[in-house]
Amino acid sequence: MSQLEFEKPILELEAKIIELQNMSGDAGFNIADEISRLRQKTDRLMVQTYSKLQPDQIVQVARHPERPHALNYIEAIIEDYTPLSGDRNFAEDDAIVGGLGRFRGQSCVVIGHEKGHDTQTRIKHNFGMARPEGYRKAQRLMDMADQFGLPVITLIDTAGAYPGVGAEERGQSEAIARSIEKCLRIGTPIVSVVIGEGGSGGAIAIATANKIYMLQHSIYSVISPEGCASILWRSATHAKDAAIALRLTAQDLKELGLVDGIIAEPLGGAHRHKQDTINSVADYIEKGLKELSGLSPDALRKHRSDKFIAMGR
Amino acid sequence: MNWLSNFIRPKISSLVGAKKDVPDNLWQKCPSCDGMLFHRDLSEAQNVCYHCGHHLPVSVTERLAILFDDGAYKEIKVRPVPVDPLRFKDRKRYTDRLKEAQAKTKRADAFIVAEGTIKGQKAVIMAFDFAFMGGSMGAAVGEAILVGAQTAVAHKAAFVVVPSSGGARMQEGMVSLMQMPRSIIAVNMVKDAKLPYIVLLTDPTTGGVSASFAMVGDVHIAEPGAMIGFAGKRVIQETIREALPEGFQTAEYLLQHGMIDMVVPRKELADTMGRIIEILMVKAKPYSPKGKSGSGSGLGKFVKGKANGAVEDKAKAAGAVAKKAGIAAKAKAIKEIALPRELSNEKPNDAQENVQQAGQEARAA
Repeated sequence: MSQLEFEKPILELEAKIIELQNMSGDAGFNIADEISRLRQKTDRLMVQTYSKLQPDQIVQVARHPERPHALNYIEAIIEDYTPLSGDRNFAEDDAIVGGLGRFRGQSCVVIGHEKGHDTQTRIKHNFGMARPEGYRKAQRLMDMADQFGLPVITLIDTAGAYPGVGAEERGQSEAIARSIEKCLRIGTPIVSVVIGEGGSGGAIAIATANKIYMLQHSIYSVISPEGCASILWRSATHAKDAAIALRLTAQDLKELGLVDGIIAEPLGGAHRHKQDTINSVADYIEKGLKELSGLSPDALRKHRSDKFIAMGR
Repeated sequence: MNWLSNFIRPKISSLVGAKKDVPDNLWQKCPSCDGMLFHRDLSEAQNVCYHCGHHLPVSVTERLAILFDDGAYKEIKVRPVPVDPLRFKDRKRYTDRLKEAQAKTKRADAFIVAEGTIKGQKAVIMAFDFAFMGGSMGAAVGEAILVGAQTAVAHKAAFVVVPSSGGARMQEGMVSLMQMPRSIIAVNMVKDAKLPYIVLLTDPTTGGVSASFAMVGDVHIAEPGAMIGFAGKRVIQETIREALPEGFQTAEYLLQHGMIDMVVPRKELADTMGRIIEILMVKAKPYSPKGKSGSGSGLGKFVKGKANGAVEDKAKAAGAVAKKAGIAAKAKAIKEIALPRELSNEKPNDAQENVQQAGQEARAA
């Protein structure tokens, strides 16, 4: 498991507890006391650390490789998930996954960025950085949702759209722009959840939604703090300052009125409590869909339109 | 500067006499061919190098003057938006950067919205001012696109956007990213009203600007050599660790890859745009079956390439004839018809007269 620098004291205590647990089989009785004492200490430390996470630390949590990714959510909350592939023009792009299924009994289309969880899957999914084909596949799925009257659920988790020669040649800009346009045009509800990293244009391409929720320790930003620091501070070492200045946390964006809700993560973050986090996300998706149910296609389009027109006024 | 130049030199120079008052920016070098360019000739050539055809940047006001008929336009006011939503500060406060840019450009933000005619066609242009913080798109620019689109719809005019921008304005954080959907909502209003939405991509058009309203135009026109792309070259190079192809992310490269409709030299932009708008605006004009049958072959196609003066006049003449027949077609649009007629000995003077006549008719209409 990869370690976050600021979590080191917690991780050391956790390691010690495991060590003691392994010993407890053959050694004395006061080990149990020691373990519970250490547990209490760990919990205290966890509360201390996670109650005052700084923006740059939240960036690290949001990118934590052990965080549940799109496919973990889909597997857990979408019944009869039927993945669909290809943009019908050029290729299949696994950086964006999606397909048909049922969410809590309701037919739906689900789309998400998938980062992968080990070397092999990370390469397969291109670390969650989509090429134009990914966005064109998303457009295809949204069209299908529109045609069959299905709500769209999108799970946002990308460092950004892939910066490559082929991606540029095949119209990365156009693919993202058209994807945003498609989000605005379809007549069924769209609910988006930022589950990890919301990386700029690559994220908003499938997050122009009626309801946008963010997990407590996720981020959503116009540029990565590192990129911002290297441009405005002329040095990537100022990423911490940039993370603060950009106001990219769920709390900040809720205050700015740019997202609709914050989904609380269990103490210690989603990477420690995958199932609980996934359940909370599902509850929010259900809440969002319920609030939008009964709205006509035109009302849904107008809702999206009014919502984004207000951003910046 | 040191103590020597500060304290000794002024005394000497006061003895020698004041420096002659000669502006030092009369000449400049073409960044492409290194040819020397005299400022008056250059501005006459619309800032296009008269040695090699390289397109140098033009200011946003010159841009409007080039596109609108007789350089005449009416600027449209854009309501102000809340400033500095993030209270952003890097090495400098964002509000200070804004003030500097405002003092430099005498503009509220990186845009100008104006209304006028392009070759007789009503149009609203929203143009980016690159001199204002790299033409970056924040809430004010988003608002300007909305106002431009709404004006176009209200006045049944074509909507032309001229991006020249590095992308989203970082200092406005997520508010700037949200201008991407916001700008697309704006241009959708124009599309829903069945009015033409034309994008003139100028150097540079990148990032969040290229990945939103700039890539969903009905017609994409680019200036020669303009840099257009999503990711920056440096980022791509760091990612792939290979040399980039020649001409990568230039207008010509994008044309080859099917992302834009045409690359048009600056001096032909207004003609091209006017022609396209006129063809697309049929819905705004009464249906005329006679005109329709008469125009047939000329309307849809356009022969590229330079016509010499005489041929051009004949093209105009043909256009005038077409006009008389009630066809809504610009003279140049039917250059194709004119070309074969070059063999016949029609006098250029007649052609000129016809053109003028057609012009009067057009004004009357």
